[in-house]
Amino acid sequence: MSKKVFHAMFNDEEKLMHAAEKLVHDGLRVKDVFSPFPIHGLDPIIGVKRTRLAIASFMYASGGTALALLGMWYFMIHDWPMNIGGKPSFSLIQNLPAFVPVTFEFSVLCGAHGMAITYFLRNGTLPGMPASNPDPRTTDNMFVMEITTDQNHDFSADAIEGMLKEMDLVELSIKDYE
Amino acid sequence: MEFKFEGKVKTLSLVLMAIGVIALAGGFLTDTSDHHQRWWANLLVNGFFYFAIALGALFFYALQYAAEVGWSAYIKRMFEAMFAYIPIGGAVILIVLLAGQFHLHHLYHWMDGSLYHEFLMPDGSFSDTMEAGAAMNPNYDEIIANKSAYLGGWFYWLRTIIYLATFIIFARLFRKWSLQEDVEGGTVIHYKMYRRSALFLVFFAVFSSTLSWDWIMSIDTHWFSTLFGWYVFSGMWVSCMIFTLVILLWLRSKGHFSEMNQSHVHDLAKWMFAISMLWSYLWFSQFMLIWYSDIPEEVTYFVTRFSDYKVPYLVMFFINFAVPFYVMIARDAKRNVNLILPVAVLIFVGHFVDVYLLVIPGTMFNHNVFGWMEVGMFLGFFGLFLFVTLTRLSKAPLIPVNHPFLQESKDLNF
Repeated sequence: MSKKVFHAMFNDEEKLMHAAEKLVHDGLRVKDVFSPFPIHGLDPIIGVKRTRLAIASFMYASGGTALALLGMWYFMIHDWPMNIGGKPSFSLIQNLPAFVPVTFEFSVLCGAHGMAITYFLRNGTLPGMPASNPDPRTTDNMFVMEITTDQNHDFSADAIEGMLKEMDLVELSIKDYE
Repeated sequence: MEFKFEGKVKTLSLVLMAIGVIALAGGFLTDTSDHHQRWWANLLVNGFFYFAIALGALFFYALQYAAEVGWSAYIKRMFEAMFAYIPIGGAVILIVLLAGQFHLHHLYHWMDGSLYHEFLMPDGSFSDTMEAGAAMNPNYDEIIANKSAYLGGWFYWLRTIIYLATFIIFARLFRKWSLQEDVEGGTVIHYKMYRRSALFLVFFAVFSSTLSWDWIMSIDTHWFSTLFGWYVFSGMWVSCMIFTLVILLWLRSKGHFSEMNQSHVHDLAKWMFAISMLWSYLWFSQFMLIWYSDIPEEVTYFVTRFSDYKVPYLVMFFINFAVPFYVMIARDAKRNVNLILPVAVLIFVGHFVDVYLLVIPGTMFNHNVFGWMEVGMFLGFFGLFLFVTLTRLSKAPLIPVNHPFLQESKDLNF
């Protein structure tokens, strides 16, 4: 039996949400949803796990904090002690207030860049990577729900098609894939 | 469902107020400091702290309308209840200022009229010019004399009256229109509130800075800081968000605000988290610039605090910054009532200590005493604030009946 992938297109996120709710209730697994913007409340319905991006970001930012402090200690205290405006030098802790802004900025920089790059890598959306969304209209005003037979062994392709056709959708495309 | 102010919580607020009255009376009688300076300083601390929470509520309420915010429509009565305290808090501040003007205390050094004139005449009068028989005025303070146009005289009192009048008028109008909307419905009143809120924010933007200069910063008369107003404002805002969140959680546990879901809690906790960071940012910005430039006329403020109040000052900053930052940063933490409550209570006290240390070092210098009077007055004013808030809350339906965003607020989910 060939594997099939169903792309059900909706023109409204509310309609998609209701359809997803009903399909999941009937035991179907929704693989993914492609949408021009984040749909609040959809993740728990289709069973998307909570992202761990925030934890990663916190670790990148903490790394940034440590790196900034280490760097400034080395540049300004250890390797070439600097005396700026008569501030007591040769001590990181006594000069700490002056280093806080840089530490803060560098933590934000590391947190934000690390988070963005991780996000792109994880989603395979780095610049130049092939687009994985099934229909360019999902970047405009359409919402596509992807369902595969692979993830739904309890249902035949015809059954899934029948269930989808009952929904309030705009169009349905079915493709074979290996 | 309407809220009835009765039972244990009413008893509690009355008991707290009784403690406050005892602390006020007993504190005044046992206060041995010159001119009851300690008593007056604590009255200013408590008067300002709770006034500031009420003012923060009025500001936040106006902000919700001006920004056309949907999620908070369901809980907007809470803010109306809190800004009911503005006239009372304003009266306490007014009493302290009037007492200062009549020299019952010396919280505000610049209220001493003998500072402003360079020369002293033989008959005891003051003169600004060198005349026959004039002697140098030993009390003359050039820095304060240069500020006489702003501080000394009628302009100060005009400002104080204008601040309080503006806040009271807007608070009354917002409440009146809000109740009117319950009856009439439609969007006419909503758009009126929208426009008036924007107008109020214009006044508030200026007054929040200048009132903290006038009432708080002028205690350390020689010193000035341009971001002081924002620093005090962020402190009042975060105290307001904490009080709102805790009282709402308590009311929800009693079955009121039953449609307030975890997303509302999350939103309020986000405000508590975010404004804690704003406060820390401003505290540090003020400190770092003064520390770095190390100019004598600027560092006096921190020298006083670091020499006599080092432990409470630094511990207060550390708690108000680090505890909300590390505990509340995660999404799950902002939805976990068991984490929110201890943090909220801790940093509420932390921000009280912040206001305490705005006033006390400049008034009590190095002979401050912290005793039962301070604790009693804090609890007493807390009881009064709670009493006024909950009384106002029981006067109208808890949920606005005809707010246009009500459904959106109930459906809040993210």
